[in-house]
Amino acid sequence: MLILSRKINESINIGDKIEVSIIDIRGDQVKLGINAPRDVKVYRQEVYAAIQEENLMASRTTTDLPALESLLPQEKKKT
Amino acid sequence: MTIQSKAYGSVEIDERQRILFPFGILGFENLKVYALLDAAQQPFYWLQSLDVREIAFVLISPTIFRPDYEVKVFEDELAEIGLESVEDENALIFAIVTIPENQSKMTANLQGPIIINKETKQGRQLINSDPRWKTKHLILEELGAERTRAC
Repeated sequence: MLILSRKINESINIGDKIEVSIIDIRGDQVKLGINAPRDVKVYRQEVYAAIQEENLMASRTTTDLPALESLLPQEKKKT
Repeated sequence: MTIQSKAYGSVEIDERQRILFPFGILGFENLKVYALLDAAQQPFYWLQSLDVREIAFVLISPTIFRPDYEVKVFEDELAEIGLESVEDENALIFAIVTIPENQSKMTANLQGPIIINKETKQGRQLINSDPRWKTKHLILEELGAERTRAC
């Protein structure tokens, strides 16, 4: 992994279309500014990780599905 | 055509139920061909991998328990499966369901919805950028809340 030191208001370029700037640093939090073409998707890593993990759990789901209605407290059913 | 399914073993499907996921599903990027099946139990569906029989996802239509559900995604990601917007008449929107041992605690992933173009038979999982939607929504709880409101 390439590791670079940067100060506030400094930035790095990734290729010739993506620029990542250090906007602010407070305590253990760094605020980043990202300039990238519209077709480059930028997500927080944990969002990806959370969805991947959820998919993995979902893929192990039982094949013995309940009918949704049977799990609901008994009440009048939709007509 | 006949396929092998995790839930029902060998089943006959129509060619129209075969869905290509050009980008796979997050964590399952290598599996690109699925079949969309009605589950025996309403209102669920199975998204069954045609590459690996043991991989299948339970799907639900999110609006069944969250009529206020909205999908905010990049238009160019939709364009990659031939859709202009999530309101496109050919767009089908599903959430993947996770069912733990205590089935009443089943959850739906509204942060990573599955969008299918029913005309081109292509699908993909997208990341919903609206922060209201998480990976674990308790379906029964939210369905209960919805019914209370409706009364």
